[in-house]
Amino acid sequence: MDFSIILKTLPDLIDGAFLTIQITALSVVIGLCLAMPLAILRLSRNPLIQAPVYSFIFFFRGTPLLVQLFLIYYGSGQFVQELRAVGLWGMFREAYFCGVLTLTLNTAAYTAEILRGAIQGVPHGEVEAARACGMRGFLLYRRIVMPKAFRLAWPAYTNEVIFLLQATSLVSIITLMDITGIASKVAARSFAFYELYLTAAVMYLILVYALLYVFKRIEYRISGHLREAKSQSSSAMMRDTAAAE
Amino acid sequence: MIDLKGYGPFLLDGFRLTVMVGVTSMAVAVLLGLLGAWAKLSHSRSVRAIAEVYTTVVRGVPELVLILLVYYGVPTLVQDLLAGFGFEVRVDLNPFLAGVLTIGFIYGAFSTEVFRGAYLAVPKGQIEAARACGMSRALMVRRVLLPQMWRYALPGLGNVWMVLLKATALISVIELHELMRAAQVAAQATRLPFTFFFIAALMYLALTIVSMLVQQRLETWANRGVRRA
Repeated sequence: MDFSIILKTLPDLIDGAFLTIQITALSVVIGLCLAMPLAILRLSRNPLIQAPVYSFIFFFRGTPLLVQLFLIYYGSGQFVQELRAVGLWGMFREAYFCGVLTLTLNTAAYTAEILRGAIQGVPHGEVEAARACGMRGFLLYRRIVMPKAFRLAWPAYTNEVIFLLQATSLVSIITLMDITGIASKVAARSFAFYELYLTAAVMYLILVYALLYVFKRIEYRISGHLREAKSQSSSAMMRDTAAAE
Repeated sequence: MIDLKGYGPFLLDGFRLTVMVGVTSMAVAVLLGLLGAWAKLSHSRSVRAIAEVYTTVVRGVPELVLILLVYYGVPTLVQDLLAGFGFEVRVDLNPFLAGVLTIGFIYGAFSTEVFRGAYLAVPKGQIEAARACGMSRALMVRRVLLPQMWRYALPGLGNVWMVLLKATALISVIELHELMRAAQVAAQATRLPFTFFFIAALMYLALTIVSMLVQQRLETWANRGVRRA
């Protein structure tokens, strides 16, 4: 094992890690903004609204991310004239734009499906109570449905974000220099394959479990109303032991 | 109809190889999953620790990195080790084997969790009853445990299969001529990337739809002994 090459590449790999984090953050934030309306439209009773949304979700959940990435990055090359005419070619030529676009659409589809399940899981009584208080439409969603749905969706959403973080490694295939990209580039030059890919793997492990820790903390914070109060539970325990004696 | 410029059969060959890679990796994943679940529920602390490390590490590293690590890293590692003993050899891994083993290894970690959950879902009374009837351990596993575990494990295994199938596309980076690689070759030769990647996407979608139908059938079969309200 050649440690010197790892040490020499480490600064570049850390730069790559910043790109990985940046791409993940951008896709997660934009993807979530898209997923919320998509989830609500997916539950629409109008088939003209529901069908296209469902096909979008089905396509992005049913095909490999790599196909989607190539479809957008290489596939856009088949429509250069058309894209030039509307002035979008400059964007589609950039690997960065295509990478973030693909990951955003992909995570939007998965998140929409998670949120749909959560919205359907909101107890009917709560919605009825809100309606009885006179809440409708946007207000009902903002105050009652969405906060509850987010709490229900959080564990599944945590998984989705972690999958997305790992999925960003695919952008290295379209020439972006994230962790995997840097490792591949240096490995191809120096033949230090296992040293560099192992280092990359360790970096992903650190990122994934750090992210998991943050998300678990948030889960703990947003479920405060479901936890038993501390003093109460200890007094309940004392009662139990007293009863046992 | 779209003009495939004669690349239709070529794509179909890739499609067949994708299905083969998928099925073989799934078999590896199920075997590893059963083994992993057994290890996680074992009484031995060290066996449990190994299984824990396996699932923790595999689920925290991207598939692509693991595929590259196995395909490029393992041969160079073996070469370096052998060179240490004074042997100069060139080791090459077959991309099919490397791909199947890596994908199977990754999804073995996911199925480990599925099988562990399924085992814990089988009521303890069933196992006690089997013992009380005098069944040996092997007979108990075969007659009582496994038939009920399938029922609880099938939805989870179905999910693993769907994700695994899509992950096989990543093997194209190690030059295995499965569907994705075939689409790439055709796209480059004809300069019609959108057409060919879109057809590949539709083929993956078809596989997804067929898998969903099969999964429904299997779940009905596994639940045949369960009475519904």
